[in-house]
Amino acid sequence: MHSTAHSFPENSRRALENERLQYMLRKSGTGFQDKRRRAVERLPEFEELRDQGKAIKNHVLETLDVYLEMFEAKVTEQGGRVHWCRTAAEARDTIAEICRKAGAKTVTKGKSMIAEEIAINDHLEAAGFIPIETDLGEYIIQLRKEPPSHIIAPAFHVSKEEVADAFRAAHTELPKDRPLGEPRELITEARLMLRRRFQEADVGITGANLLIAETGSTVIVTNEGNGDLTQTLPKVHVVLASIEKIVPNLEDAATVLRLLARSATGQEFSSYTTFSTGPRRPGDVDGPEEFHVVLLDNGRSALLGTEFQEVLRCIRCGACMNHCPVYGAVGGHAYGWVYPGPIGSVLDPALIGIEEAGHLPNASTFCGRCEAVCPMRIPLPKMMRHWREKEFERKLQPPAMRRGLGVWAWFARRPALYHAAAKMAIRALGRLGASKGRFASLPLAQGWTRFRDMPAPEGRTFQDLWAERRGGRRG
Amino acid sequence: MSDQSNGGARNQILSGIRTALKRGTPAAAQRDAAAARVRAHPRNLVPARAQLDHDEQVALFVRMALEVSCTVERVPDLAAIPQAVAEYLTGLNLPAELRVAPDPELSTIPWAERPTLTVTTGRARDADAVSLTGAFAAVAETGTLMLVSGGERPTTLNFLPDTHIIVLKRDQVVGGYEDAWDRLRAAHASFEGGVPRTVNLITGPSRTGDIEQTIQLGAHGPRRLHILLVGE
Repeated sequence: MHSTAHSFPENSRRALENERLQYMLRKSGTGFQDKRRRAVERLPEFEELRDQGKAIKNHVLETLDVYLEMFEAKVTEQGGRVHWCRTAAEARDTIAEICRKAGAKTVTKGKSMIAEEIAINDHLEAAGFIPIETDLGEYIIQLRKEPPSHIIAPAFHVSKEEVADAFRAAHTELPKDRPLGEPRELITEARLMLRRRFQEADVGITGANLLIAETGSTVIVTNEGNGDLTQTLPKVHVVLASIEKIVPNLEDAATVLRLLARSATGQEFSSYTTFSTGPRRPGDVDGPEEFHVVLLDNGRSALLGTEFQEVLRCIRCGACMNHCPVYGAVGGHAYGWVYPGPIGSVLDPALIGIEEAGHLPNASTFCGRCEAVCPMRIPLPKMMRHWREKEFERKLQPPAMRRGLGVWAWFARRPALYHAAAKMAIRALGRLGASKGRFASLPLAQGWTRFRDMPAPEGRTFQDLWAERRGGRRG
Repeated sequence: MSDQSNGGARNQILSGIRTALKRGTPAAAQRDAAAARVRAHPRNLVPARAQLDHDEQVALFVRMALEVSCTVERVPDLAAIPQAVAEYLTGLNLPAELRVAPDPELSTIPWAERPTLTVTTGRARDADAVSLTGAFAAVAETGTLMLVSGGERPTTLNFLPDTHIIVLKRDQVVGGYEDAWDRLRAAHASFEGGVPRTVNLITGPSRTGDIEQTIQLGAHGPRRLHILLVGE
């Protein structure tokens, strides 16, 4: 996916002015949050499961090479094949080659964020294949030629009227006057159109929520059943997974699965959790003849041993963005790359560089809700601060901001001077604003005053008041 | 891409991981510990609700299955299934045609007693509207059915037809996922010869929330999931 993360400020300004988007964001409101809360309340052991999930993933990351080798051995033992890919380009070439060898024309796809990460659809199209997204949300945005705006609800930003428009433009063989006003009608039409595609497909590509070292299985978690049709009907099944998805055994998978759906959609369990191991067996009457696992690194192994290692625990539930005030205000597209929201603010700079995605770790109020709801207890705000530090070290902010921070730092290291200066500034501001009690504009603070008034200080600093209170209590 | 370059990538990824973790190839002790964890597969926390006595497990399974929009009907034995299926299909105005898994477990169902039902066996075809399969187990904790693939249990029956009827025996109901894993290992020689190709955990019919977060049933898979719970 082509990144526009460097334009986050402009992207988000446009998002705030986009009335349709704002309507959709308001409409979804706190739906995901309420559902998650209810699911969590029903499972008293949820917090302890989070601790265990975190421990499993930490153990895996420290032993990642060992589990990957075990996984590979199991896949191979059962007639599948593992393809190791360092970069997005290697993964794209590997998949295109598998499709070529299969003599493929139509390639169906289940939902996969890694597929977005490596932009596989564009590559397959350029190579003469017809990639078809089969998850309803992904199908909608494929027709609209846009990227997903949420990691579990890709068409989060699209209204049902816009879906109807996209279907009318794409499904020209259907009667023009058919009714498409209701979600039911839209879903029935998508089901009908995609059934044909499932039958035509030569290769099916899915992602993986988990890889299991014990069995060599890949796991997908879905609600629609499209992933299962994608991987069962064509003669070749390609699983596209990143290296950190691995867990040791089925029991560990159970623990992670107890966390995943509850954190994501607030379901107790998703409709379909499917464990796939190798190709069709002797005697099987359905299932793929070939089973390939494309294992993608794409910068992840380089995060091990760094302050960002913990982000590799992520299970892509989307809870962080569902609870993020910034995501809630601007939606997913403003972030400009594959992973939006708090997880994107940490992961995107790691995968595409802080030079490109430096705005994202700044797109935070540090309210801490992302960390509070993360099933894997990833300290997302702390990691955003690490990125801000790196940004400063590499001198990536504008000169004015760096000078301002420099001045502030000079004072902050001299507390007596700092307090004296603050006292003078507050007194001056207090006097200037005394008549109205607020400022409609202030030099150097237009970022604030353009949208709201700045209340005038009442003449004394916090430090002053605090000293007085403490003094009072002691006395 | 040649095998050789793939092997190069493999080694580079593995050695990259080792360098990042600030160690060389893993020590024998670390390999053994990982292998032991995989072999012993110790249970992590199993929620209290998954640890009930069997009658309560069955009751919980039914409650959870109903909550995710399954329908559940109790039948005394396999002999009662043809009538139950015929009435279920009539009640929904569905054609009396049924695609059944060639599963020996289901072979004693006396379909001939209901000659109005057209019963064929095999993998699902696109035109099949209704399928009937067995189950391997059911997990009470979340109302989840476990189905395992094989020549006698085609996976397509679980996804292509609009209506999926599952025959579940009472003693197939277990408390948590871990209990189901134990049964799967027991039925497959502790996975010595591998794991079945597909293990489906199915919790209710197909659904989507992709259009304005409104839940709709029957996105790509079955719109209806009907469970025939066999046993007194």
